[in-house]
Amino acid sequence: MIQIVLLIVKVILLLLILMGGFAYTMLAERRFLGFFQLRLGPNRVGPGGLFQPLADAVKMMLKEDLMPLQADSVVYRLAPVFSLLAALSVDAVIPFGAPIHIFGQTVSLDIANPGIGLLIAFAFSSLGIYGIVLGGWASQNKYSLLGGIRASAQMISYELAMGLSVLGVLMMAGTANLENIVLAQRAQGWFFLPQIIPFLIYFTTAVAETNRTPFDLPEAESELVAGYHTEYSGIRFAMFVMAEYINMMTVSGLAVTLFFGGWLGPSFLPPIIWFFIKMAIVIFVFIWIRATFPRFRYDKLMSFGWKVLLPISFIYFLGTAAFVSGIL
Amino acid sequence: MVTADPERLMDGETMIINLGPQHPSTHGVLRVRLELDGERVVHAEPVIGYLHTGFEKTAESLTYQQCNTVTDRLDYLAPMTNNLAYVLAVEKLMNLEVPKRAQYIRVLFAELTRVASHLVWLGTHVMDLGAMSLFFYTMREREVILDLIEAAAGVRMNPSYFRVGGLAYDLPDGFHDKVRDLIKDFPRWMKSYRNLFEGNPLINERLEGIAVLTLEQALDWCATGPNLRGSGLPLDLRKDEPYSAYDEFDFKVCTRTEGDAYARFWVRIDEIYESMKIIEQALEKITPHGPYTTSDRKVALPPREEIYGNMEALIHQFKLVTAGFPVPRGEVYQGVEGPRGEMGFYLVSDGGPKPYRWRARTPSFYNLQTLPILCKDGLVADVITAIGSIDIMLGDVDK
Repeated sequence: MIQIVLLIVKVILLLLILMGGFAYTMLAERRFLGFFQLRLGPNRVGPGGLFQPLADAVKMMLKEDLMPLQADSVVYRLAPVFSLLAALSVDAVIPFGAPIHIFGQTVSLDIANPGIGLLIAFAFSSLGIYGIVLGGWASQNKYSLLGGIRASAQMISYELAMGLSVLGVLMMAGTANLENIVLAQRAQGWFFLPQIIPFLIYFTTAVAETNRTPFDLPEAESELVAGYHTEYSGIRFAMFVMAEYINMMTVSGLAVTLFFGGWLGPSFLPPIIWFFIKMAIVIFVFIWIRATFPRFRYDKLMSFGWKVLLPISFIYFLGTAAFVSGIL
Repeated sequence: MVTADPERLMDGETMIINLGPQHPSTHGVLRVRLELDGERVVHAEPVIGYLHTGFEKTAESLTYQQCNTVTDRLDYLAPMTNNLAYVLAVEKLMNLEVPKRAQYIRVLFAELTRVASHLVWLGTHVMDLGAMSLFFYTMREREVILDLIEAAAGVRMNPSYFRVGGLAYDLPDGFHDKVRDLIKDFPRWMKSYRNLFEGNPLINERLEGIAVLTLEQALDWCATGPNLRGSGLPLDLRKDEPYSAYDEFDFKVCTRTEGDAYARFWVRIDEIYESMKIIEQALEKITPHGPYTTSDRKVALPPREEIYGNMEALIHQFKLVTAGFPVPRGEVYQGVEGPRGEMGFYLVSDGGPKPYRWRARTPSFYNLQTLPILCKDGLVADVITAIGSIDIMLGDVDK
């Protein structure tokens, strides 16, 4: 009984953290981009702009939810939900901190702790792209359609490299359970040192997965107006944006878990704080990249994914396999 | 203009998409009708006229001095070169001698606007490629140049600073120092920009071999300015038909031979450096005090203090303000090298104070016509690169 209560509490807490995290990641991005670009960013609502996300949320909810006449109404309505759902689900398996003891129970700080946590995380994060493809398709707008096509082209070019890049970690830890991967790093040291190249590949593909600059092809403001979400407005548009930012937090969380020792850190701060500090640093790098780089062209991205990232990650994967099995 | 093949459209193999007139990267209200096969461009056709303002007809009802304000608004990122082309045309028709000092100041401002215009181009072009931040940096530095223009002309965007016969006002006190500060800071700006784009593989990949314009095509479509020089022909009116004392300045005509977006990119970057060289030389030639407009009282307004004591000056002032000055019967063409190419005016005078025909040869209009060639067989992303790389200005295209 108490376990079910704990589970429900954990789900609600996680949702609150993700929603709050989304709101403030977005605010942080806007403020940081502002500073990068000689502007101040939103600083009017509340002290230093801290209540800006609230104002945005109210605005988004009150806006009229428009739908093009010719749009496929069911798919059009479902696409953003799908995107957001996929983004949220991944976080269920990420361990945010070391297990804690409460009410005589040992509680791990994740919703679920399956043996194949890594696979589940990747499966759900890949699902997110379908929301974008379907949304682009259902809008009956040519720009949205192009955005959707680009999203699918992009997905097939980075997914493989992404999958291969984390296999090294999996082999070194000897488990696909995310909690155990973190624990393995306590013994072996953080994995980003031996796995630096896979980490870079993972990070590159993670940027592609979240559709952010320089891989923001499905959106590509200067080319496709707003890409797949051109026709969306109000809360449905907000859901796409939410999905993007939650995805960004998720892939940062995964990067921290897989390569930077998860919640591990000196004991003067609680483990969960360490986790969020590391995550915030990764997210900042995302924002930094956005302020600096131009966009890939989508055929170049495909050849980059297939001809550069995939071979490198595959070779590194073979090398790690040889090393772990003791051949080398 | 070749239009899309209707039969091909009926097949349903290709898709027509309207890029613009409201689109984030068409730099105004350009509409490009794209025929796409997937993302590959089968045919691109610029549709213009959304910013038609009737400048040429408007000018026919204005006196020669008033027409100047119309020229500002053609290419509003480089108003001074428009002014220059126009006043030179009128002066040519009137056979009017302009003081050397005024000519140097004109050169100074023409080059300042060239730099300002290229800075806007650099920012927006790179922003179109997806890198946002550079735009804000170049706009910051453009602001410094606009401040200089404001200091001299009182206005930032549409200065009408050059007048037939010379300049509207003399340079303000301390102007030399301000320009010197700019010249001093300039290498630092350029370095910070170049850090962002120079050698950046993402930028190079988006530009190299994209939107190629061969020299024959460029000549066929009358492309001028950096677009022509990017294709290899060192045509520059400042060198070939020097005006306004340009022959006294030492500068280089920047060319590249590849003809792609990358070549045009670097021609413009190099031109910014050359313009700064000219600005430096011009500053040395401009004496702090001296005549800034012609002494011909039939053309230039008399100084204020003269009007109150001199009957003739009062008459001149009255005649010039109410009726303008007559221009001898005849026709004339004068072109100058603007930031976007040959900016020229063809004027026909019937001997009265207003032009009989006022025709503007605006560079962007001709440069834009190369767009179908540039976009052919590219991707949608390359269309954006192409539009940015020919640096069009819609006020200039539609007139």
